[in-house]
Amino acid sequence: MSDLAASPAIPKPRTVQLARLLPFALVAWIVAYSLLGRISNWLSRDLLHLSPATHLGSAVAFFIYEAPKVLLLLTLVVFGVGIVRSFFTPERTRVILAGKKESAGNVLAAALGIVTPFCSCSAVPLFIGFLTAGIPLGVTFSFLISAPMVNEVALALLFGLFGWKVAALYLGTGLVVAIIAGWIIGRLHLERHVEPWVYKLVSGESDTVEERLTWEDRLRHGLAAVRDIVGKVWPYVLVGIAVGAGIHGWVPENFMASIMGKSVWWSVPLAVVIGVPMYSNAAGIIPVVHALLEKGAALGTVLAFMMAVIALSLPETIILRKVLKPTLIAVFLGVVTIGIIVVGYLFNWLI
Amino acid sequence: MNKTRIEILGPGCANCKTLYERAESAARDLGLDYEIEKIADLNVILGYRVMSTPALVVNGQVKVSGRVPSVAQLKEMLS
Repeated sequence: MSDLAASPAIPKPRTVQLARLLPFALVAWIVAYSLLGRISNWLSRDLLHLSPATHLGSAVAFFIYEAPKVLLLLTLVVFGVGIVRSFFTPERTRVILAGKKESAGNVLAAALGIVTPFCSCSAVPLFIGFLTAGIPLGVTFSFLISAPMVNEVALALLFGLFGWKVAALYLGTGLVVAIIAGWIIGRLHLERHVEPWVYKLVSGESDTVEERLTWEDRLRHGLAAVRDIVGKVWPYVLVGIAVGAGIHGWVPENFMASIMGKSVWWSVPLAVVIGVPMYSNAAGIIPVVHALLEKGAALGTVLAFMMAVIALSLPETIILRKVLKPTLIAVFLGVVTIGIIVVGYLFNWLI
Repeated sequence: MNKTRIEILGPGCANCKTLYERAESAARDLGLDYEIEKIADLNVILGYRVMSTPALVVNGQVKVSGRVPSVAQLKEMLS
Protein backbone atom coordinates (compact mmCIF):
# COMPACT_ATOMS: atom_id res chain seq x y z
CA MET A 1 0.00 0.00 0.00
CA SER A 2 2.99 2.27 -0.42
CA ASP A 3 1.44 4.26 -3.25
CA LEU A 4 -1.23 5.46 -0.82
CA ALA A 5 1.39 6.80 1.51
CA ALA A 6 3.01 8.70 -1.32
CA SER A 7 -0.10 10.37 -2.72
CA PRO A 8 -1.10 13.75 -1.31
CA ALA A 9 -3.98 13.95 1.10
CA ILE A 10 -7.32 14.37 -0.61
CA PRO A 11 -8.50 17.87 0.23
CA LYS A 12 -11.87 18.10 1.97
CA PRO A 13 -14.50 19.68 -0.22
CA ARG A 14 -14.75 23.41 0.43
CA THR A 15 -17.77 23.87 2.64
CA VAL A 16 -19.27 27.21 3.52
CA GLN A 17 -17.81 28.69 6.68
CA LEU A 18 -20.93 29.15 8.73
CA ALA A 19 -19.12 31.16 11.35
CA ARG A 20 -18.36 33.82 8.73
CA LEU A 21 -21.96 34.01 7.58
CA LEU A 22 -23.41 34.20 11.07
CA PRO A 23 -22.98 37.95 11.73
CA PHE A 24 -24.57 38.80 8.40
CA ALA A 25 -27.48 36.46 9.04
CA LEU A 26 -28.06 37.99 12.48
CA VAL A 27 -28.00 41.53 11.12
CA ALA A 28 -30.41 40.55 8.36
CA TRP A 29 -32.71 39.05 10.95
CA ILE A 30 -32.67 42.15 13.14
CA VAL A 31 -33.36 44.40 10.17
CA ALA A 32 -36.23 42.22 8.95
CA TYR A 33 -37.78 42.02 12.40
CA SER A 34 -37.67 45.76 13.04
CA LEU A 35 -39.19 46.58 9.68
CA LEU A 36 -42.00 44.06 10.01
CA GLY A 37 -44.54 46.39 11.55
CA ARG A 38 -44.06 49.03 8.88
CA ILE A 39 -44.01 46.59 5.99
CA SER A 40 -47.14 44.78 7.08
CA ASN A 41 -48.97 48.05 7.65
CA TRP A 42 -47.98 49.23 4.22
CA LEU A 43 -49.08 45.94 2.68
CA SER A 44 -52.47 45.79 4.28
CA ARG A 45 -53.29 49.48 4.30
CA ASP A 46 -51.75 50.95 1.18
CA LEU A 47 -51.34 48.01 -1.14
CA LEU A 48 -54.44 46.00 -0.42
CA HIS A 49 -56.60 48.85 0.86
CA LEU A 50 -57.95 46.89 3.78
CA SER A 51 -59.76 48.81 6.43
CA PRO A 52 -59.12 47.60 9.96
CA ALA A 53 -62.72 48.27 10.74
CA THR A 54 -63.95 45.43 8.56
CA HIS A 55 -63.80 41.77 9.63
CA LEU A 56 -61.74 40.75 6.62
CA GLY A 57 -59.45 43.72 6.92
CA SER A 58 -58.76 43.06 10.53
CA ALA A 59 -58.18 39.36 9.99
CA VAL A 60 -55.83 39.76 7.04
CA ALA A 61 -53.84 42.53 8.71
CA PHE A 62 -53.43 40.25 11.74
CA PHE A 63 -52.16 37.48 9.49
CA ILE A 64 -49.76 39.64 7.51
CA TYR A 65 -48.20 40.99 10.67
CA GLU A 66 -48.14 37.87 12.82
CA ALA A 67 -47.06 35.23 10.30
CA PRO A 68 -43.62 36.58 9.34
CA LYS A 69 -42.99 37.78 12.89
CA VAL A 70 -43.69 34.40 14.41
CA LEU A 71 -41.71 32.55 11.75
CA LEU A 72 -38.71 34.85 12.24
CA LEU A 73 -38.79 34.37 16.01
CA LEU A 74 -39.22 30.65 15.63
CA THR A 75 -36.19 30.44 13.34
CA LEU A 76 -34.01 32.39 15.76
CA VAL A 77 -35.04 30.45 18.84
CA VAL A 78 -34.79 27.05 17.18
CA PHE A 79 -31.32 27.97 15.90
CA GLY A 80 -30.20 29.16 19.33
CA VAL A 81 -31.61 26.16 21.15
CA GLY A 82 -30.12 23.84 18.52
CA ILE A 83 -26.71 25.21 19.39
CA VAL A 84 -27.31 24.89 23.13
CA ARG A 85 -28.48 21.32 22.62
CA SER A 86 -25.25 20.42 20.87
CA PHE A 87 -23.61 20.71 24.29
CA PHE A 88 -25.90 18.12 25.82
CA THR A 89 -26.54 14.48 25.17
CA PRO A 90 -28.70 11.99 27.08
CA GLU A 91 -25.50 10.14 27.97
CA ARG A 92 -24.02 13.24 29.59
CA THR A 93 -27.27 14.04 31.36
CA ARG A 94 -27.35 10.50 32.68
CA VAL A 95 -23.87 10.92 34.12
CA ILE A 96 -24.76 14.27 35.68
CA LEU A 97 -27.91 12.94 37.33
CA ALA A 98 -26.46 9.60 38.44
CA GLY A 99 -25.33 10.53 41.91
CA LYS A 100 -27.98 13.01 42.83
CA LYS A 101 -30.54 12.51 45.57
CA GLU A 102 -34.15 13.54 45.22
CA SER A 103 -35.13 17.22 45.49
CA ALA A 104 -31.85 18.51 44.08
CA GLY A 105 -32.08 15.76 41.50
CA ASN A 106 -35.62 16.75 40.57
CA VAL A 107 -34.61 20.36 39.96
CA LEU A 108 -31.57 19.38 37.93
CA ALA A 109 -33.51 16.80 35.93
CA ALA A 110 -36.25 19.28 35.06
CA ALA A 111 -33.68 21.86 33.98
CA LEU A 112 -31.74 19.33 31.92
CA GLY A 113 -34.99 18.17 30.31
CA ILE A 114 -35.16 21.48 28.51
CA VAL A 115 -31.69 21.40 26.98
CA THR A 116 -31.14 17.72 26.35
CA PRO A 117 -32.20 16.64 22.88
CA PHE A 118 -34.97 14.14 23.31
CA CYS A 119 -37.36 12.43 20.94
CA SER A 120 -40.43 10.79 22.46
CA CYS A 121 -39.64 7.65 20.55
CA SER A 122 -36.59 7.16 22.74
CA ALA A 123 -38.57 7.52 25.97
CA VAL A 124 -38.12 3.84 26.81
CA PRO A 125 -34.38 3.42 26.20
CA LEU A 126 -33.80 6.67 28.02
CA PHE A 127 -35.98 5.65 30.95
CA ILE A 128 -34.12 2.38 31.25
CA GLY A 129 -30.76 4.06 30.82
CA PHE A 130 -31.56 6.45 33.67
CA LEU A 131 -32.86 3.81 36.04
CA THR A 132 -29.94 1.47 35.48
CA ALA A 133 -27.56 4.32 36.26
CA GLY A 134 -29.17 4.56 39.67
CA ILE A 135 -31.18 7.69 38.97
CA PRO A 136 -34.28 7.64 41.24
CA LEU A 137 -37.67 7.06 39.63
CA GLY A 138 -39.01 10.48 40.64
CA VAL A 139 -36.00 12.28 39.21
CA THR A 140 -36.38 10.40 35.93
CA PHE A 141 -39.99 11.51 35.78
CA SER A 142 -39.05 15.13 36.34
CA PHE A 143 -36.95 14.83 33.21
CA LEU A 144 -39.68 13.07 31.24
CA ILE A 145 -42.22 15.73 32.15
CA SER A 146 -40.17 18.82 31.41
CA ALA A 147 -38.65 17.54 28.18
CA PRO A 148 -41.77 17.61 26.01
CA MET A 149 -43.57 20.38 27.85
CA VAL A 150 -40.95 23.08 27.99
CA ASN A 151 -40.02 23.06 24.36
CA GLU A 152 -38.38 25.83 22.43
CA VAL A 153 -41.10 26.05 19.81
CA ALA A 154 -43.70 26.77 22.47
CA LEU A 155 -41.46 29.32 24.16
CA ALA A 156 -40.57 31.07 20.91
CA LEU A 157 -44.18 31.38 19.92
CA LEU A 158 -45.33 32.53 23.33
CA PHE A 159 -42.59 35.11 23.35
CA GLY A 160 -43.48 36.29 19.86
CA LEU A 161 -47.18 36.55 20.43
CA PHE A 162 -47.45 37.55 24.07
CA GLY A 163 -44.11 38.95 25.12
CA TRP A 164 -41.35 37.72 27.35
CA LYS A 165 -43.34 37.73 30.58
CA VAL A 166 -45.78 35.09 29.40
CA ALA A 167 -42.98 33.00 27.93
CA ALA A 168 -41.01 33.24 31.18
CA LEU A 169 -44.12 32.30 33.14
CA TYR A 170 -44.69 29.24 31.01
CA LEU A 171 -41.05 28.25 31.40
CA GLY A 172 -41.11 28.77 35.15
CA THR A 173 -44.33 26.96 35.85
CA GLY A 174 -43.45 24.18 33.43
CA LEU A 175 -40.31 23.57 35.47
CA VAL A 176 -42.22 23.75 38.74
CA VAL A 177 -44.79 21.21 37.56
CA ALA A 178 -41.99 18.89 36.39
CA ILE A 179 -40.05 19.23 39.64
CA ILE A 180 -42.96 18.82 42.01
CA ALA A 181 -44.73 16.08 40.06
CA GLY A 182 -41.48 14.13 39.83
CA TRP A 183 -40.82 14.65 43.52
CA ILE A 184 -44.30 13.46 44.47
CA ILE A 185 -43.97 10.36 42.33
CA GLY A 186 -40.64 9.70 44.03
CA ARG A 187 -42.17 10.08 47.49
CA LEU A 188 -44.90 7.59 46.64
CA HIS A 189 -42.27 4.88 46.25
CA LEU A 190 -43.85 3.33 43.21
CA GLU A 191 -40.77 1.41 42.16
CA ARG A 192 -42.69 -1.85 42.36
CA HIS A 193 -44.91 -0.54 39.57
CA VAL A 194 -42.08 -0.46 37.11
CA GLU A 195 -42.02 -3.57 34.98
CA PRO A 196 -39.72 -5.95 36.90
CA TRP A 197 -37.48 -6.82 33.96
CA VAL A 198 -36.22 -3.23 33.89
CA TYR A 199 -34.50 -3.49 37.24
CA LYS A 200 -32.94 -6.79 36.28
CA LEU A 201 -31.00 -5.17 33.48
CA VAL A 202 -27.34 -4.75 34.14
CA SER A 203 -26.21 -1.18 34.03
CA GLY A 204 -23.26 -0.32 31.93
CA GLU A 205 -21.44 2.56 30.41
CA SER A 206 -22.77 3.74 27.12
CA ASP A 207 -20.77 2.58 24.15
CA THR A 208 -21.40 5.70 22.16
CA VAL A 209 -18.34 7.58 21.09
CA GLU A 210 -18.31 11.02 22.65
CA GLU A 211 -18.15 13.37 19.72
CA ARG A 212 -15.86 16.34 19.87
CA LEU A 213 -17.71 19.19 18.29
CA THR A 214 -16.15 22.34 16.94
CA TRP A 215 -18.03 25.63 16.84
CA GLU A 216 -18.52 25.11 13.13
CA ASP A 217 -20.19 21.77 13.96
CA ARG A 218 -22.41 23.46 16.51
CA LEU A 219 -23.53 26.11 14.05
CA ARG A 220 -24.30 23.37 11.59
CA HIS A 221 -26.30 21.64 14.28
CA GLY A 222 -28.33 24.80 14.81
CA LEU A 223 -28.91 25.16 11.09
CA ALA A 224 -29.97 21.52 10.80
CA ALA A 225 -32.40 22.09 13.67
CA VAL A 226 -33.91 25.04 11.81
CA ARG A 227 -34.23 23.03 8.62
CA ASP A 228 -35.78 20.08 10.41
CA ILE A 229 -38.04 21.78 12.93
CA VAL A 230 -39.10 24.96 11.17
CA GLY A 231 -39.25 23.03 7.93
CA LYS A 232 -41.68 20.60 9.51
CA VAL A 233 -43.70 23.00 11.58
CA TRP A 234 -44.27 26.10 9.44
CA PRO A 235 -47.51 24.89 7.80
CA TYR A 236 -48.99 24.34 11.25
CA VAL A 237 -47.89 27.79 12.33
CA LEU A 238 -49.51 29.40 9.28
CA VAL A 239 -52.75 27.48 9.72
CA GLY A 240 -52.75 28.30 13.40
CA ILE A 241 -52.24 32.00 12.70
CA ALA A 242 -54.90 31.90 10.00
CA VAL A 243 -57.38 30.43 12.48
CA GLY A 244 -56.25 33.03 14.98
CA ALA A 245 -56.76 35.72 12.35
CA GLY A 246 -60.27 34.46 11.68
CA ILE A 247 -61.13 34.53 15.37
CA HIS A 248 -59.54 37.96 15.65
CA GLY A 249 -61.58 39.33 12.79
CA TRP A 250 -64.93 37.70 13.27
CA VAL A 251 -65.56 36.41 16.78
CA PRO A 252 -67.10 39.09 18.96
CA GLU A 253 -65.22 40.43 21.95
CA ASN A 254 -65.65 38.57 25.20
CA PHE A 255 -67.26 35.61 23.52
CA MET A 256 -64.78 33.30 25.19
CA ALA A 257 -65.14 34.97 28.54
CA SER A 258 -68.29 33.01 29.21
CA ILE A 259 -66.67 29.58 28.86
CA MET A 260 -63.00 30.23 29.50
CA GLY A 261 -63.15 33.33 31.59
CA LYS A 262 -62.09 33.88 35.16
CA SER A 263 -65.53 34.08 36.66
CA VAL A 264 -66.31 30.48 35.79
CA TRP A 265 -64.56 28.33 38.40
CA TRP A 266 -64.72 25.14 36.39
CA SER A 267 -63.05 26.59 33.33
CA VAL A 268 -59.54 25.50 34.39
CA PRO A 269 -60.23 21.83 35.13
CA LEU A 270 -62.46 21.61 32.07
CA ALA A 271 -59.79 23.08 29.80
CA VAL A 272 -57.16 20.71 31.20
CA VAL A 273 -59.35 17.64 30.98
CA ILE A 274 -60.13 18.48 27.35
CA GLY A 275 -56.45 19.14 26.69
CA VAL A 276 -54.93 15.98 28.17
CA PRO A 277 -56.15 13.49 25.56
CA MET A 278 -55.34 15.92 22.79
CA TYR A 279 -51.91 16.05 21.37
CA SER A 280 -50.62 18.67 19.07
CA ASN A 281 -47.28 20.20 18.48
CA ALA A 282 -46.85 23.57 20.11
CA ALA A 283 -46.78 25.41 16.83
CA GLY A 284 -50.26 24.54 15.78
CA ILE A 285 -51.95 25.47 18.98
CA ILE A 286 -50.38 28.68 20.13
CA PRO A 287 -51.76 31.07 17.55
CA VAL A 288 -55.22 29.74 18.34
CA VAL A 289 -54.45 30.34 21.99
CA HIS A 290 -53.60 33.92 21.10
CA ALA A 291 -56.93 34.58 19.52
CA LEU A 292 -58.76 32.91 22.40
CA LEU A 293 -56.98 35.20 24.83
CA GLU A 294 -57.93 38.22 22.82
CA LYS A 295 -61.56 37.28 23.02
CA GLY A 296 -61.65 37.18 26.77
CA ALA A 297 -60.42 33.76 27.79
CA ALA A 298 -58.41 33.92 31.02
CA LEU A 299 -54.64 33.54 30.71
CA GLY A 300 -54.43 30.81 33.32
CA THR A 301 -57.07 28.68 31.68
CA VAL A 302 -55.56 29.02 28.24
CA LEU A 303 -51.97 28.29 29.37
CA ALA A 304 -53.17 25.31 31.38
CA PHE A 305 -54.97 24.03 28.30
CA MET A 306 -51.82 24.43 26.26
CA MET A 307 -49.68 22.63 28.81
CA ALA A 308 -52.16 19.78 29.01
CA VAL A 309 -52.11 19.36 25.25
CA ILE A 310 -48.34 19.50 24.85
CA ALA A 311 -47.10 17.76 28.00
CA LEU A 312 -49.04 14.53 27.80
CA SER A 313 -49.11 12.68 24.54
CA LEU A 314 -50.97 9.48 23.89
CA PRO A 315 -48.22 7.99 21.71
CA GLU A 316 -45.62 8.52 24.43
CA THR A 317 -47.90 7.05 27.10
CA ILE A 318 -48.45 3.97 24.96
CA ILE A 319 -44.71 3.60 24.47
CA LEU A 320 -44.10 3.92 28.20
CA ARG A 321 -46.51 1.05 28.87
CA LYS A 322 -43.61 -1.22 27.96
CA VAL A 323 -41.79 -0.25 31.12
CA LEU A 324 -44.48 1.08 33.43
CA LYS A 325 -47.38 -0.81 34.92
CA PRO A 326 -50.81 0.79 34.49
CA THR A 327 -50.90 2.05 38.09
CA LEU A 328 -47.75 4.05 37.61
CA ILE A 329 -48.93 5.42 34.29
CA ALA A 330 -52.18 6.49 35.93
CA VAL A 331 -50.31 8.17 38.78
CA PHE A 332 -48.03 9.91 36.29
CA LEU A 333 -50.97 11.25 34.27
CA GLY A 334 -52.90 12.14 37.41
CA VAL A 335 -50.11 14.04 39.14
CA VAL A 336 -49.20 16.03 36.03
CA THR A 337 -52.86 16.83 35.33
CA ILE A 338 -53.43 18.08 38.87
CA GLY A 339 -50.20 20.08 38.70
CA ILE A 340 -51.34 21.79 35.54
CA ILE A 341 -54.77 22.55 36.99
CA VAL A 342 -53.15 24.12 40.04
CA VAL A 343 -50.95 26.24 37.78
CA GLY A 344 -54.00 27.33 35.82
CA TYR A 345 -55.79 28.51 38.95
CA LEU A 346 -52.64 30.21 40.17
CA PHE A 347 -52.32 32.25 36.98
CA ASN A 348 -55.97 33.25 36.98
CA TRP A 349 -55.64 34.36 40.54
CA LEU A 350 -52.38 36.23 40.11
CA ILE A 351 -53.00 38.02 36.84
CA MET B 1 -14.06 -7.08 1.21
CA ASN B 2 -16.51 -7.77 3.96
CA LYS B 3 -20.02 -6.46 3.69
CA THR B 4 -20.70 -3.34 5.70
CA ARG B 5 -23.48 -4.14 8.10
CA ILE B 6 -25.65 -1.12 8.83
CA GLU B 7 -28.32 -1.17 11.51
CA ILE B 8 -30.74 1.63 12.23
CA LEU B 9 -32.07 1.43 15.76
CA GLY B 10 -35.43 2.94 16.50
CA PRO B 11 -39.11 2.22 17.05
CA GLY B 12 -40.15 3.81 13.80
CA CYS B 13 -40.68 7.51 14.18
CA ALA B 14 -40.04 9.94 11.35
CA ASN B 15 -36.42 10.56 12.41
CA CYS B 16 -35.66 6.85 12.24
CA LYS B 17 -36.98 6.70 8.70
CA THR B 18 -34.92 9.72 7.66
CA LEU B 19 -31.77 8.18 9.14
CA TYR B 20 -32.47 4.95 7.26
CA GLU B 21 -32.88 6.75 3.95
CA ARG B 22 -29.84 8.95 4.44
CA ALA B 23 -27.66 6.07 5.56
CA GLU B 24 -28.62 4.04 2.54
CA SER B 25 -28.02 7.01 0.29
CA ALA B 26 -24.57 7.51 1.79
CA ALA B 27 -23.71 3.82 1.44
CA ARG B 28 -24.76 3.84 -2.19
CA ASP B 29 -22.80 6.99 -2.93
CA LEU B 30 -19.71 5.41 -1.42
CA GLY B 31 -20.23 2.31 -3.54
CA LEU B 32 -20.15 0.08 -0.48
CA ASP B 33 -21.18 -3.55 -0.43
CA TYR B 34 -23.69 -3.09 2.34
CA GLU B 35 -26.70 -4.56 4.01
CA ILE B 36 -29.02 -2.29 5.96
CA GLU B 37 -31.61 -3.22 8.53
CA LYS B 38 -34.11 -1.35 10.63
CA ILE B 39 -34.24 -2.63 14.20
CA ALA B 40 -37.22 -1.83 16.40
CA ASP B 41 -36.66 -4.68 18.85
CA LEU B 42 -36.16 -3.12 22.26
CA ASN B 43 -33.88 -5.89 23.49
CA VAL B 44 -31.43 -5.36 20.67
CA ILE B 45 -31.52 -1.59 21.17
CA LEU B 46 -30.83 -1.99 24.87
CA GLY B 47 -28.11 -4.49 24.09
CA TYR B 48 -26.21 -1.69 22.38
CA ARG B 49 -26.78 0.46 25.47
CA VAL B 50 -28.24 3.18 23.32
CA MET B 51 -30.28 5.74 25.19
CA SER B 52 -31.68 7.88 22.45
CA THR B 53 -33.00 6.82 19.13
CA PRO B 54 -32.58 6.97 16.24
CA ALA B 55 -29.14 5.41 16.35
CA LEU B 56 -26.73 4.19 13.72
CA VAL B 57 -24.72 1.01 14.21
CA VAL B 58 -22.03 0.10 11.68
CA ASN B 59 -20.51 -3.40 11.91
CA GLY B 60 -21.61 -3.69 15.51
CA GLN B 61 -20.28 -0.34 16.62
CA VAL B 62 -22.57 2.53 17.64
CA LYS B 63 -21.58 5.52 15.52
CA VAL B 64 -24.19 8.06 16.46
CA SER B 65 -27.29 8.18 18.59
CA GLY B 66 -30.01 10.69 19.23
CA ARG B 67 -29.73 12.71 16.06
CA VAL B 68 -29.91 12.39 12.31
CA PRO B 69 -26.63 13.40 10.68
CA SER B 70 -26.46 14.71 7.15
CA VAL B 71 -25.61 12.42 4.25
CA ALA B 72 -22.12 13.97 4.11
CA GLN B 73 -21.50 13.23 7.78
CA LEU B 74 -22.87 9.72 7.33
CA LYS B 75 -20.43 9.09 4.51
CA GLU B 76 -17.59 9.88 6.90
CA MET B 77 -19.00 7.48 9.46
CA LEU B 78 -19.44 4.69 6.96
CA SER B 79 -16.02 4.85 5.36
